[in-house]
Amino acid sequence: MSRVVITGMGIYSCIGENLNEVKESLYQGKSGIVIDPERKEYGYRSSLTGMVAEPVLKKLLSRRERISMGQETKYAYVATLEALKNANIDEQFLSDNEVGILFGNDSTAQSVIRSNDKIREKKDTNLVGSGAVFQGLNCSVTMNLATIFKLKGINLTVSAACASGSHSVGLGFHLIKSGLQDCIICGGAQEINKLAMGSFDGLGVFSINQENPTEASRPFDKNRDGLVPSGGAASLILESYESAVKRGAKIFGEVVGYGFSSNGEHISTPNVDGPSRAMKKALDQAELLPEQIDYVNAHATSTPVGDQNEAKAIFNVFGNSNTYVSSTKSMTGHECWMAGASEIIYSMLMMENSFIAPNINLEETDEDSAKLNLVKNTINKNIDVFLSNSFGFGGTNSAIIVKKFE
Amino acid sequence: MDKDIIISKINDFLIDEFEVDAEDIQLEANLKDTLELDSLDYVDLVVSVESNFNVKLDAEDFVNVITLQNFYDLIDSKMN
Repeated sequence: MSRVVITGMGIYSCIGENLNEVKESLYQGKSGIVIDPERKEYGYRSSLTGMVAEPVLKKLLSRRERISMGQETKYAYVATLEALKNANIDEQFLSDNEVGILFGNDSTAQSVIRSNDKIREKKDTNLVGSGAVFQGLNCSVTMNLATIFKLKGINLTVSAACASGSHSVGLGFHLIKSGLQDCIICGGAQEINKLAMGSFDGLGVFSINQENPTEASRPFDKNRDGLVPSGGAASLILESYESAVKRGAKIFGEVVGYGFSSNGEHISTPNVDGPSRAMKKALDQAELLPEQIDYVNAHATSTPVGDQNEAKAIFNVFGNSNTYVSSTKSMTGHECWMAGASEIIYSMLMMENSFIAPNINLEETDEDSAKLNLVKNTINKNIDVFLSNSFGFGGTNSAIIVKKFE
Repeated sequence: MDKDIIISKINDFLIDEFEVDAEDIQLEANLKDTLELDSLDYVDLVVSVESNFNVKLDAEDFVNVITLQNFYDLIDSKMN
C-alpha cells in the first residue's frame, strides 16, 4: 500500500485569495463575512455571506474554455492553478502522467437558473448557448478542469452536501493508497450568489445577526443563532510518496486516516453517533490514539443543534485528552461543498506555520462546548497531527487525519 | 438593414465575443478553419445573430456557409 502525501495546495476564499493571504487571516482571526444587499430584496431572511471576487480569466483562458465555466468552476480553476504551482507540477508532467481529479461540488444553481430563464424568455433551446450544459451539470468543475489541464486519470465529482470536499480527499487518498492512481487533484468548490442559497435560507438556519456581520458566525458560542453561507474553492495535490520522491516534490503532510459514516436518521438534523463513528474509524485507520491528535478542526457551523451534537461527538471520542479544537467557520462562514477541502488546507497552514487559528466570536460556552478545549485566541504551537471533520445533509460524515511528514 | 451595417455588426461580435483577430476577418476566410470556429461555436453564432439581428438561424442555414462572405450573405438574405 502506498503512503499518500500532500504536495500542493491552492485556496480562493473569503479570508484570502491565495495561501499567504489566508495564512495571515487565520493567524489574525480575521472574518470574511459581509452583507450582500441583493439578498434581502430577493427574499432572503438573512443577507449575511462570505464573499469573493469572481476571477477574471480572459487573459488566462480561451473563449471556448471560459464559456463552459460557471462561478464555482472559475473559483476552482484559480485555486487549482495555485495548487499546481505550489506542487511544482507543469504541463509536461500532466501530459506524461495519469493525473486525476476528484472535486466536491453539489450545485450549479446560478448556471442552471440563468440558462432556463433564457429558454423561458426566448422559448427556444437553440438560444441558450453552447456553454449552458457544461456550466449546469453538477460535475462542471471536474469536466472543465480535466479538459483545461488535459488530465488523464480519474475524472469525477463527489456530491455529499457539506462533506463533499472532505470525501473527495478521502476517496483520492484510497485511490492512491491502493495503487490505482499516483497523483490526484482533490478539492471542493462552492458558488456564492443569491440564486444558490435561497432554499437553504428558507430553512431558517442562517444567522440573522446582520448588525454585526463579522460576529454572526460564532460556532460553539452559547448565543449562536445559525450559520453564514460562504464559498470559493480549495485544491490539494495528493500524490503517492513514490511519485513525490521521484520528482523531488516538497511534501507538506501525509494523509493517514479517512473515516466515513452515515447517520441513518434525519435528513437535516445531525446526530452524535455518526460523527463519532467517522472520527473513530479515521483514528483506527491512522493507528493513532485520540491523545495523539494535536488539533481538531471542527465542522461546527454555528447552528444550535449541529454544534451541540458535534461537541458531544468530539467529547465522546477525545474525552479528557484536552485536544485543541476550533472551527475556522467562525471566520470563513460555512463554505459548504468546499469546506471539507478548504479546512484541510487551513489546518495544513497552521501545521506548517506552528499555530492554531482561533474560534473567533466564542464569548460564552454552553454545557457541551464547555467540555472541549476550544481555542479562543491564536495559539503559537507545534502541530504534528490534526483531524478535520465535515458533515452534511442526509447524515453524511467524513473525518480526515493528516500528519506532518517524517 | 444596409449590408455594410450588417457586416460591421457581424465583425464586431466576431472580434468582441468570439475573440477572432481583426486581421483574420477577410471575405474569403474559411469560417471553420481560419476563424477556428468549432461545432459548439456555431451554436453561439446562432445566439449572437439572434441578439444582434433578431433573426433565428437553423443548422440547415449553415449548409452552404463556408466563407465569411457566405455568412454575410446569409444574414443579409434573412434581413432583407
